[in-house]
Amino acid sequence: MSLISLSISELQAQFRSKAVSPVEALEALEARIQAVDGEIAGYLNRDYAAALKAAQNADVNLPLGGVPIAIKDLINVKGESCTCASKILQGYRAPYDATVITRLKAAGAIPFGRTNMDEFAMGSSTENSAFAITRNPWDTDRIPGGSSGGSAAVVAADEAFASLGSDTGGSIRQPAALCGCVGLKPSYGRVSRFGLVAFASSLDQIGPFSKTVRDSALILNAISGHDPMDSTCLNEPVPDFTAKLGRDLKGVRLGMPKEYFVSGTDPQVDQAVRAAIKQYESLGAEIVEISLPHTQHAVAVYYIIATAEASANLARFDGVRYGHRTAEASNILEHYGRTREEGFGPEVKRRIILGTYVLSSGYYDAYYLRAQKVRTLIRQDFARAFEKVDAIICPTSPEAAFKVGDRSEDPLRMYLADIFTIAVNLAGICGISLPCGFAQVEGKPLPVGLQLIGKPFAEAELLQIAHAYEQSTNWHKARPVIG
Amino acid sequence: MKAEFDVRYTAGLARLNLSEAEIAKFQSQLSQVLEYVEELKGVDVSQVEPTAHANPVFNVVREDEPRDGFTPQEALANAPRQANGLFAVPKVIE
Repeated sequence: MSLISLSISELQAQFRSKAVSPVEALEALEARIQAVDGEIAGYLNRDYAAALKAAQNADVNLPLGGVPIAIKDLINVKGESCTCASKILQGYRAPYDATVITRLKAAGAIPFGRTNMDEFAMGSSTENSAFAITRNPWDTDRIPGGSSGGSAAVVAADEAFASLGSDTGGSIRQPAALCGCVGLKPSYGRVSRFGLVAFASSLDQIGPFSKTVRDSALILNAISGHDPMDSTCLNEPVPDFTAKLGRDLKGVRLGMPKEYFVSGTDPQVDQAVRAAIKQYESLGAEIVEISLPHTQHAVAVYYIIATAEASANLARFDGVRYGHRTAEASNILEHYGRTREEGFGPEVKRRIILGTYVLSSGYYDAYYLRAQKVRTLIRQDFARAFEKVDAIICPTSPEAAFKVGDRSEDPLRMYLADIFTIAVNLAGICGISLPCGFAQVEGKPLPVGLQLIGKPFAEAELLQIAHAYEQSTNWHKARPVIG
Repeated sequence: MKAEFDVRYTAGLARLNLSEAEIAKFQSQLSQVLEYVEELKGVDVSQVEPTAHANPVFNVVREDEPRDGFTPQEALANAPRQANGLFAVPKVIE
């Protein structure tokens, strides 16, 4: 296996035996990016010189010593751009490190490269980027998923060993599924969002993309834990997330929610997920049928709550303190209106308007308050299910990757792509997607993702369950042929 | 309720100018989305408390101790326009 295909664990073994140096690993990565990123367009930006300097000084004995990690372009890394794939933040330079970056650096990792995304994380295909359309490494006519499409594509294409993304309604898990890598959304409150550009503050969470489950555990070890700079980041004990990896599944109960196995899911996706469930049974897990009766309302609740929060969060883009500013405005209202018209793309505008509407006088109770109440019902569904099972098993996405341009003019259809991932954010629990097979579409294999959903703050158990399946299959070793 | 949804008025509240073409397009696309979310009207929520966010933590405070923040230069580094160490904006009050 070539150097760029190694997992973090394998790479670290090479570092520590001095077979490979962090500089050599970075050079190999840069060569790979130069060879294939013209086709994939996973990166918006990267500072090779700065990364090289960090690699020369890397301490390979640190938990992530010398490991380059790509960062979604909505997390502040001091001195770097942080565009959120929006024209409104073109030219912005981050004046500070996000807490996750401070922690990655303290663990010895090298933040390297800024990955493409849907503008302000709004989308499920990465087509809403103002700068580039990222391509799925398995079929470059297709989308990589979104909103963290760049972070998923660069890991799948061996242009990164791992990356960070953010997940508000599935933005880590869905692209991980569509690109064939591992993507973890930690529980709400597990990881600090200080320095993450906010989309929907009651839902956003930062998490890793990686080639193996173990690598996601290693990154979660580095970035988790209480942060006084984010009051929603809980002071919960942080276990070693690798500690339970390798334990067997005897006595583990997995819930199969009947609402997630319905017509409408691509038959090949359904088949792959059912095969994975059989595999779990053969590994000793017990499969229990469960019900999450309010699942059908998750998308509606999400598009009210997420847009409402976004409309408030994005009010900060006013052309005064940073970012784009309209050329000449005669008064302040014209200044705001034109700055925002010129800076935001269509999907962001749509969501600001929808969010403003559901919060506006006369409609707040009918839309926003009602959505918050149905959100309670969705949380209670999960709480009840977790009285009976240790984790929930289902598809990550109802379909494999679709074609570029296929639904960019149909927002509602695009929103329904997140149908299996959204409820996890509304409930604030953790979820992971990992490869579980391929759908053959027009002669090409397209990855299928298996989603496991865990109890709040039970990432260690979730990773254990994911790891057991992964190690019993070869799906995670498959690589796309690019070019 | 749908008939009252007015993109032009709502965009004004959001301080967001739109072209006529965008107004027409968003009016039709977002009306579809609003029609979709109408399904929530059928859910009985009479006995349900709202969830604002997933974790039951309230009034998180920390010690009120001074610490370093940005210097004025750092704070202004990204400003599209500045004057005399301040952010410059168009005239607000006539």
